[in-house]
Amino acid sequence: MSRIAEAFADGPAFVPYLAAGDPDYESSLAYVEALERGGADVIELGLPFSEPIAEGPTIQSAIVRALEAGMTPTRYFEFVEDLAVDVPLVCMTYYNLIYQFGEGGGPDDFVRRAAEAGIDGFVVPDLPAEEAEPLREACDEHGCELVFIVAPTTRGERLERIMSQVSGYVYVQARLGTTGARTNLSDRAAESLERVAEWDVPKAVGFGISTGEHAQRVVEAGADGVIVGSALVDIVAQGVERGDPAVTVASRLEGKARELKAGALRGASGNERPHPERT
Amino acid sequence: MSSHTGKFDEYGGQYVPEALMPAIEELEDAYERYVLDNEDGFMDEFRQRLADFGGRPTPLQRADRLSERYDAEVYLKREDLLHGGAHKLNNALGQVLLAKYMGKDRIIAETGAGQHGTATAMACAHLGMPCEVYMGRRDINRQRPNVFRMRLNGAEVTPVTVGRGTLKEAISETMRDWAENVEDTHYVIGSVVGPHPFPAMVRDFQRVISEEAREQTREKAGRLPDSVLTCAGGGSNTMGLFAEFVDDESVDLYAVEAGGSSLEVDEAEGVAPNSATLSTGTEGILHGSRTRILQDGDGQIMESHSVSAGLDYAGVGPELAALVDRDRVTAVNVGDDGALAGFHRLSQLEGIIPALESAHALGYVEDHHEELGEVILVNVSGRGDKDLETVLEETHDRDIEGAPDMDTFESTGGF
Repeated sequence: MSRIAEAFADGPAFVPYLAAGDPDYESSLAYVEALERGGADVIELGLPFSEPIAEGPTIQSAIVRALEAGMTPTRYFEFVEDLAVDVPLVCMTYYNLIYQFGEGGGPDDFVRRAAEAGIDGFVVPDLPAEEAEPLREACDEHGCELVFIVAPTTRGERLERIMSQVSGYVYVQARLGTTGARTNLSDRAAESLERVAEWDVPKAVGFGISTGEHAQRVVEAGADGVIVGSALVDIVAQGVERGDPAVTVASRLEGKARELKAGALRGASGNERPHPERT
Repeated sequence: MSSHTGKFDEYGGQYVPEALMPAIEELEDAYERYVLDNEDGFMDEFRQRLADFGGRPTPLQRADRLSERYDAEVYLKREDLLHGGAHKLNNALGQVLLAKYMGKDRIIAETGAGQHGTATAMACAHLGMPCEVYMGRRDINRQRPNVFRMRLNGAEVTPVTVGRGTLKEAISETMRDWAENVEDTHYVIGSVVGPHPFPAMVRDFQRVISEEAREQTREKAGRLPDSVLTCAGGGSNTMGLFAEFVDDESVDLYAVEAGGSSLEVDEAEGVAPNSATLSTGTEGILHGSRTRILQDGDGQIMESHSVSAGLDYAGVGPELAALVDRDRVTAVNVGDDGALAGFHRLSQLEGIIPALESAHALGYVEDHHEELGEVILVNVSGRGDKDLETVLEETHDRDIEGAPDMDTFESTGGF
């Protein structure tokens, strides 16, 4: 069983996202480690790309901060090696960075180096299943998973095509648009989950989840995991804005992670009333 | 090259978020039915509207004084005389009409120099569609007349402040809007870039330029041109002018890029002081397609530069990249100074104030006319009214041949 499969094996998985190097290398290491202490089962670790077309303003700003602080693919792999976490790591980035790495003019060098550093899988939002064959082959070669996103608009043949390529988990997009925390979670998460119900990979729902109550609801709707990015990146951004020490921000991240993980667990137990949300 | 597969040799393809893929597939289907197969008489209506609303055909003018200067026959394809003042209307009208045929009820677009935004706003007003245009903050500041024109035609203009606030940031922002509203909204991409079917579809809407120019050159010069030149940013007027000449092996095709202030790049800063993607870029993936792009060694996209906002883009159309690789199109470039000189020269010798984009092509003819043969066709892709403030400012501190002395105006209180 792969490390990612194991992470989903014991009940609902909490899958947080942070951009590596936001707002700087050392703080970011502490922030990612805080997520594990807060209950992360898998961590999606963003490798910043200058044109993040699938991201909303929150994550886009995080990417700008990380790039300005000097994050590069080479530094990213060092970052992964410097991280003291045991949970599986999924690299979330855009295809041009994967394609340009090394000498090969293809994804193989990137995936090899990522696997060496300790990356278990990839999410590449601008790489649809139609163009993914070279990356799929490189992932198979180096023992990595390739996660695909299923959107509320994905139907018919496209679902089949994605199902034949996906491994690790399927990233179920809860609503249309780009990443970003929302106060109301669309019913489309449940609709989208229904369309992948028969797939033999875990289903993790993301886009717009920001509270423990959201996490609970998506698990109640049938998700095997919840993916949360912007709500965590917001905590980093607030820390930057207020000039808070990294240790304070890390502690807030850990607290938020606990809230989200607890929400997911409540969703699985299915018999507890939601608690009033902390902010 | 292929219209159906979306691949131009190794370039092209569809690299977009999953949420957009169904919309791209829907557009692909509409492109094949309405544009390629003329279903429901779509292309007939498009051509009729281009004539009645747009003012096509545009003239092919023999430039007498340039011809004398270069001892050659120089012909100008006058896209500046198209309604709105640039070739951009051909594509904007085509796509907005297509969106109507598809049953979409909202249009979004992005714009650099403002010409595409203006054309889209006009097409939307003409066809009764709501329109929102994203534009970089920096471009808004340097293209104010076009911002006003868009507003006059009823479009919302939304400033994009991230990054350097130019075209590539505006494109990313428009893609985000599209991802959110994909079910009822069509994104009118302004050039032969983006995921398939945009590069092929935009070329087909712009192809009318070369259909006319080819016939007009035959009528006026009695034969095909020896060389055809036009500016290349994203490449829509370029592919529009080249499309019908690609199979004419006797005709040399020149894509004139913005050399900016230098062809050197600063990798550490991630800045290219030019927009010469075909000349200096490398293969990569940007904004939905595999093409040539300005990028650093890691694959991060560089900030580009040109005195002309319309050419200031880090990518280029995939078909044009493939034609350059095949040696069918020659990619050349002219810097900011050469373009400014070309701008003043055409204004003074022919009474035509060209867009700064087009002025790059005119700059190339000045320095290389001896290599271009006897019959030279140059596209004046747009008129220069939108660039007057920029030219006034940029000419002031430089020694540009033929430029009027602007101090005279300033010291007497302006115009």
